[in-house]
Amino acid sequence: MIRVTRKLEFSASHFYHNPNFSAEANRRIFGKCNNPHGHGHNYVLEVTVAGEPDPSTGMVLDLKELKDILQREVADRMDHRHLNYEVPELAGKIPTCENIAAVIWRLLEPKITKGRLDRVRVYESPDLFADCTAEPNGAGGRG
Amino acid sequence: MSGPLKLSLTRRYRFAASHRLYSPAFSADENNRLYGKCGNPYGHGHNYVVEVTITGPVDPETGMVANLGELDPFVEREIIEPFDHKYLNEEVAEFRESVPTSENICREIYRRLQGFPAAQLERVRIEETSNNSFEFAGECGTPNEGMR
Repeated sequence: MIRVTRKLEFSASHFYHNPNFSAEANRRIFGKCNNPHGHGHNYVLEVTVAGEPDPSTGMVLDLKELKDILQREVADRMDHRHLNYEVPELAGKIPTCENIAAVIWRLLEPKITKGRLDRVRVYESPDLFADCTAEPNGAGGRG
Repeated sequence: MSGPLKLSLTRRYRFAASHRLYSPAFSADENNRLYGKCGNPYGHGHNYVVEVTITGPVDPETGMVANLGELDPFVEREIIEPFDHKYLNEEVAEFRESVPTSENICREIYRRLQGFPAAQLERVRIEETSNNSFEFAGECGTPNEGMR
């Protein structure tokens, strides 16, 4: 099996706030990420697709197709957007890199028709990233 | 509809420390052959990078596997304070008994971080230099090995 990874950068703003918490609890739990004016990151997305190369093309999948899928599903939705207000898939969720990675997995998984989605990695900064994979004992994300 | 997902969070930390690779079990010649310039009795140092990966359910109230407000001070207390700007062979008790290779440092860091209360430790990866890195995910290997 071969794993193929494609990278995409996008810039977006967000802040962390849970309306179920008091103002004091929001500040304590989320710290400076609770600033209601928001702040931004240069996110780096790494999408890994696993599969056997097609013997006729030598490719697991056409990276140009993957690039187009990432543009349509992720960049068009999230690049230069405010994640709290402008991305419906994140509505009602705290836009942490864990939740962003899970949302991107759900968006991409049905669109990957050659190979299968293996991992979605979202870097919020070079020192912090979340990985989303299929639960090993779950349905495997292929159903 | 896709199945259940597994989320992990990785945070990178840094410390600078000196060490010397030398084993009293070997002769001077053997030490020299085995460890080369890393055996210099005066020691030498590295800027280590420690990548800590934790996993667990994402709390729907916070959107987090674990709050960095808890992970950062834990790693600071367990790893950075005792290791940063130290001579590992003398100042970290475990390396009076074992050679502070990056393999052993990686396992020791994993051992110290296993007690993190807010999530499960999945993996520790350390970079001794930008060319050398070492990973430890417990004696059973990576928990998600099954899907690979």
